[in-house]
Amino acid sequence: MAARLVTAMDDRIVRVARLVADEPARTGDRGGVAGFLRRLCSAAEQAMSARGVGVSVMAEDGVRGVAAVSEPICERLEELQFTLGEGPCLDAFASRRPVLIPDLSDGAMRRWPGYAPALHGLGVRAVFAFPLQIGAARIGALDVFRDEPGSLTAGEFRDALTFADMAVTTLLDGQAQAPPGTAADGLDEAMEQRAELFQAQGMVAVQLGIALADAMARLRAYAYAEDKGLGEVARDVVARRLSFDSGHP
Amino acid sequence: MTTVSAERLATLFVQVADTLVDEFDVVEFLQMLTQRVADLFDTGEVGLMLADHRGRLMFMAASDESARLLELFQLQYGDGPCLDAFRTGRPVTNVNLAAATQKWPRFAPRVARAGFESVHAFPLRLRKEVIGAMGVFGSAAELDEADTQIVQSLADVAVIGLLQERTIRRGEILTGQLQGALNSRIIIEQAKGIVAQARGVSPDDAFALIRDFARRNNRRLSEVAEAVVTALPALPDLGNP
Repeated sequence: MAARLVTAMDDRIVRVARLVADEPARTGDRGGVAGFLRRLCSAAEQAMSARGVGVSVMAEDGVRGVAAVSEPICERLEELQFTLGEGPCLDAFASRRPVLIPDLSDGAMRRWPGYAPALHGLGVRAVFAFPLQIGAARIGALDVFRDEPGSLTAGEFRDALTFADMAVTTLLDGQAQAPPGTAADGLDEAMEQRAELFQAQGMVAVQLGIALADAMARLRAYAYAEDKGLGEVARDVVARRLSFDSGHP
Repeated sequence: MTTVSAERLATLFVQVADTLVDEFDVVEFLQMLTQRVADLFDTGEVGLMLADHRGRLMFMAASDESARLLELFQLQYGDGPCLDAFRTGRPVTNVNLAAATQKWPRFAPRVARAGFESVHAFPLRLRKEVIGAMGVFGSAAELDEADTQIVQSLADVAVIGLLQERTIRRGEILTGQLQGALNSRIIIEQAKGIVAQARGVSPDDAFALIRDFARRNNRRLSEVAEAVVTALPALPDLGNP
């Protein structure tokens, strides 16, 4: 029932999922989540006519690393942000909003006095960074680098956010060892109980004494293991029919 | 018959104008707006939804932040007046609910069961784009043309207040702000869950605790919600049992 609604209104996620699925594997691809994210980055690079796309993971305690890139050069572009302690993915993560710089020479030099010139020197002229997050649960950022200045079109912007959605669920499900890409976007199942899903996320975080991101991963893993809809699980948690702190699930 | 009081309307515009200089919290602003619009009608409830990047309507705020009303708005992700207003870019008014079951198979019976006799919805318009919808549920009184135009103006005002930019210079600011707004709502729901579990109360009661704490301490709602999700133990006064 919910699937019918999703297809009618949500061709974008279906299209993006197909782009990632159709992305060929390369020699050197790692398995599991890393390989999937590499293909996601490559599909995003194509979809947004980018020079490169990278996904970095970041934790609240400052631990961070590059999870995947579409091209080797991107690894450098991503890492440099961590080395210098400044850059679009850090800003996007901190501000919880996309950081959109359609023209690197317009303001970015002041904003990132170390990073922007380095980017420019490597031929980058525009950068767009999208936080990977669900509310306050932050897990990283997706960066898009282009070598021509210019804004993302509305369609490209929406695609970028959709790729970011996929990266979020991939990373969360990877934590829980569920096969990546199994659900185009599990959050869709819970659209009618969306608020309950986030409430359940908060409740489980307290029940288990874990971070919000981990709580969502646990909810998704439980729904997958029990073959239940995520919305149904959320409803049970909020109604206190299901609790995660009594040793099970 | 004009339902909307001119005096209340004037007060509302002044309140909205105030927000353009004060420290701004998007969910609080939308809650205030929906409450004021609901007041204009004496009876009824008002809610506001924004579309995300995939065209899905997301609940943002309502005149009554109860699970009951939240559910009626979230339902409109699938069908309902807000979805129609969003898609067509035109107000949806004076629909006979009893005859609306075919048009809104899931929404119509549920909203009738909840005791509402009428529903209206107004598109949130930004230049040529529709970014969401405002829904009004109430008693059976019809909205005349004058009322419809007034409420549509209020919806337009909501968009201006929401974006906090008198001249939208760059699409980048606009889209960033909308994304921020949508994310803020999620944080509030997460905070409700955390407080509900930590204090052993319902999510509705948890919201009341958060909101009352924010008011008592003169802090913004979203700021308190963020503090809750980051470190609830640092807020011992938040509904300490």
